[in-house]
Amino acid sequence: MAEYIEFDKNHHDHHHKETFITKYIFSQDHKMIAKQYLFTGVFFMGIIGILMSILMRMQIAWPEQPNIIFDFILGKWAPEGVMDADIYLALVTMHGTIMVFFVLTAGLSGTFSNLLIPLQLGARDMASGFLNMLAYWLFFISTVLMVSSIFVEAGPAAAGWTIYPPLSALELAQPGSGLGMTLWLVSMAFFIASSLLGSLNYIVTVINLRTKGMSLTRMPLTIWAFFVTAIIGVISFPVLLSAALLLIMDRSFGTSFFLSDIFIQGEVLHYQGGSPVLFEHLFWFLGHPEVYIVLLPALGIASEVIATHARKPIFGYKAMIISILAIAFLSTIVWGHHMFITGMNPFLGSVFTFTTLLIAIPSAVKAFNYITTLWKGNIQFNPPMLFAIGFVSTFITGGLTGIILGDSALDINVHDTYFVVAHFHLVMGISALYGMLAGMYHWFPLMFGKMMNKNLGYIHFWVTAISAYGVFFPMHFIGMAGLPRRYYSNTNFPLFDDLADTNQIITMFAILGASVQLVFLYNFIYSMFYGKKAPQNPWKSTTLEWTASQKQIHGNWQGKIPQVFRWPYDYSKPGYKEDFVPQHMPLKKGEEEY
Amino acid sequence: MTSIFVILILIFISISLWQMIKIFDLSKAISGVKIDDSQIANDKDNSTQAKLMLAFLAFIYAITIFSIVKYGKFPLISNAASEHGDKIDTLMIWTLVLIFIVQIITQFLLYYFSFKYKGRKDSKALFYTDNHKLELMWTIIPAIVLTGFITYGLLTWSDVMNLQKENDPMVVELYAQQFNWKARYAGDDNVLGKSNVRLIDIDRANILGLDENDPNAQDDVITTELHLPVNRPILFVMRSQDVIHSAYMPHFRAQMNCVPGMVTKFSFTPTVTTKEMRENPSMIDKVININNIREEKSKELARSGEEPLDPYQFDYLLLCNKICGKSHYNMQMKIIVETEEEFSNWYKNQTLFKNSLIAQN
Repeated sequence: MAEYIEFDKNHHDHHHKETFITKYIFSQDHKMIAKQYLFTGVFFMGIIGILMSILMRMQIAWPEQPNIIFDFILGKWAPEGVMDADIYLALVTMHGTIMVFFVLTAGLSGTFSNLLIPLQLGARDMASGFLNMLAYWLFFISTVLMVSSIFVEAGPAAAGWTIYPPLSALELAQPGSGLGMTLWLVSMAFFIASSLLGSLNYIVTVINLRTKGMSLTRMPLTIWAFFVTAIIGVISFPVLLSAALLLIMDRSFGTSFFLSDIFIQGEVLHYQGGSPVLFEHLFWFLGHPEVYIVLLPALGIASEVIATHARKPIFGYKAMIISILAIAFLSTIVWGHHMFITGMNPFLGSVFTFTTLLIAIPSAVKAFNYITTLWKGNIQFNPPMLFAIGFVSTFITGGLTGIILGDSALDINVHDTYFVVAHFHLVMGISALYGMLAGMYHWFPLMFGKMMNKNLGYIHFWVTAISAYGVFFPMHFIGMAGLPRRYYSNTNFPLFDDLADTNQIITMFAILGASVQLVFLYNFIYSMFYGKKAPQNPWKSTTLEWTASQKQIHGNWQGKIPQVFRWPYDYSKPGYKEDFVPQHMPLKKGEEEY
Repeated sequence: MTSIFVILILIFISISLWQMIKIFDLSKAISGVKIDDSQIANDKDNSTQAKLMLAFLAFIYAITIFSIVKYGKFPLISNAASEHGDKIDTLMIWTLVLIFIVQIITQFLLYYFSFKYKGRKDSKALFYTDNHKLELMWTIIPAIVLTGFITYGLLTWSDVMNLQKENDPMVVELYAQQFNWKARYAGDDNVLGKSNVRLIDIDRANILGLDENDPNAQDDVITTELHLPVNRPILFVMRSQDVIHSAYMPHFRAQMNCVPGMVTKFSFTPTVTTKEMRENPSMIDKVININNIREEKSKELARSGEEPLDPYQFDYLLLCNKICGKSHYNMQMKIIVETEEEFSNWYKNQTLFKNSLIAQN
């Protein structure tokens, strides 16, 4: 308690001295940092990442044809409007890197963990505002480095977002593995440092700064998801850092951690005794948990949004927590399913098949619990709810094909085909995107005190939903037809000529889906300034963030921090007139918590 | 110039959109209709969106049926050309059946519930927090189903990956480099000569780095086409000289990475010759279809004064399926499966390694 009071004092002293720089730039207020992540991570990097995917799709649909758009955007990398093959690979790489790390890791967690952890727990701020600020600025440096790598002479990194050596280690293997790859590695080093600082801060805040009465089993599922995400991040990101450092050594100081017996462009290189497979192990030890670092926050947001807008408690609250923990645990022991056919021992492949398919069980529990939550609800179709339902839909569709890819015997034939691309885009790309958008629509009133236009929200959702299925559903089938991913053009294989029209349809859906995001962007920015003023608790939600001061003060609550008496999902509880009972309302005499 | 033009058009479109929305709002305000501008869903929204939910369910089903009808014919789940391929295909079909059943049911429940339980101002949701029986049910049922699939999958996997299952396989090396493939046959002794990239000697045409003093290397044969005798087990030994490549032979349900610094292995028995596969009715259909597409394209090319495309004839292929650099998309090798007799006729005409070296002074 004493700590709280002291913190209060600090906050009051601090509050009066805020200048433009301390408020908007080097801010230590978690709400402002959340917005900083939102604008750098999601909007800025998101626009670049989506634009890259459209360029790629246009190349696949209309290969090797002069294109005015290529000429305009790519300039010298598209001589006479025809995209260069190296640049296609660079686009593949940078799209993956930007989307996975910058948009869906830093953007998603950075925005919502920062915004919601203190507000939903009843804390004045993160455990360390300074570390939080530092984390953002390290992320900012990482963003600047990554974006600047796009502009180097030989082009950015082009070895795929998994940057397997030797391709990523040798400039002789491809031009992107020169300065572009160096910048990629340095940028990721900053990124990991930022992610670790951020995650530690989240963990410490959740453990120490919960308000009175906020026991672990009274935390909203969002917080559970952010908490577990941060733990997975702290466990797995350092391994990627070590892999990146060893790769830097191989590249620049002549060591042979990952390289051996190489003859390239007419010369034998000195490397001996290293193994690229070692790098793959280190990379995927992060790479797979990373999928859940992306997905879990979206699961948490969907839980919260579905319960609130269905006006119904989330079904199986404790089962949801257990399945988050189970998914998190399993996610750290399945990485080998990315490596079934790398020459890894087949017996090891069997073990990874086993652990991988186990993940389907907690995932199934989650999906069924969401569906049961909707059953006999009183569903209010606000835009966030649409995205949350869309999330459950793509999570199921994308998750199911994981049963094929996780099965080593079946993976032999669909590995690295478009089947994989379709699978992970649905289950982690689109799902996480839906979770993120659900969160943005839901907490926009909290962040900016304004409402977003619902009709534009409806248009945004339905066009996005149709495009998402239009892009990725047929893509499974062209993968099953054996079309490898990361091909600049398929015209050298008459075998695949009958897939060309499908590729064009996919591209058209992709362009449609990308364009409709502009409606969202317009809605977001317009509403920020001219939106209708939001009421204190627009969605009639039970959680604490809606009791905070609407004035966005540093410290969140003007007076005392509310105390918590009940779990976060008392929607439509019998015995109450309103269909929600906020967490800070004491239990009635004889009332059971749930 | 065009770029500025495009940007200007985009800006004008967004401005007009913004203005139209404003006019729309204003006209509503002027007409005196009381509008609900709380931006929170009301019963009318709920009912519209609920109907759209149902429509979207229909869309998902439609796109599923459309995809199966349109693409169901050519996926790689039929006409495997190797012995183990059929086993993988059967497993694939069972898995697909499971996936489609679960997908159809769960999506139905999701969207149907969304439709049925749309919000109404005067109604209230059911306070229903927990049901251990239900939760146990959907933990245990997936667990049982998955146990079945895991067991089935692992049995198939250990069968496919068991390199010792066949006696006396023919040993063939697949050698990858940016951006082409070579095959090396072990010769009469069926033992590949020792090799290392450090022994590569371009001047002597020793391109695969074979040990010239190794007796086993003398009768090795290096080719740029992969000929395989039908019904004979083949053991592939894979190497790469520069970056990681992946030897993908989709018709044989076979894939393995080629990793510099190590040797990887895969084994299969081809069962259908190239000739037989060309006469397969579904392959004939596919080839006709592809040739129609190519003819259309050729006409287009002819109009712009370019060379027409060659007609397509089916061949097995070895593709590179791991990103390996600029020409990754064109790294392929033709595979020809033929009878034992045809194979030995072809093999006789190949040059042995010892004879392929260029003498140096």
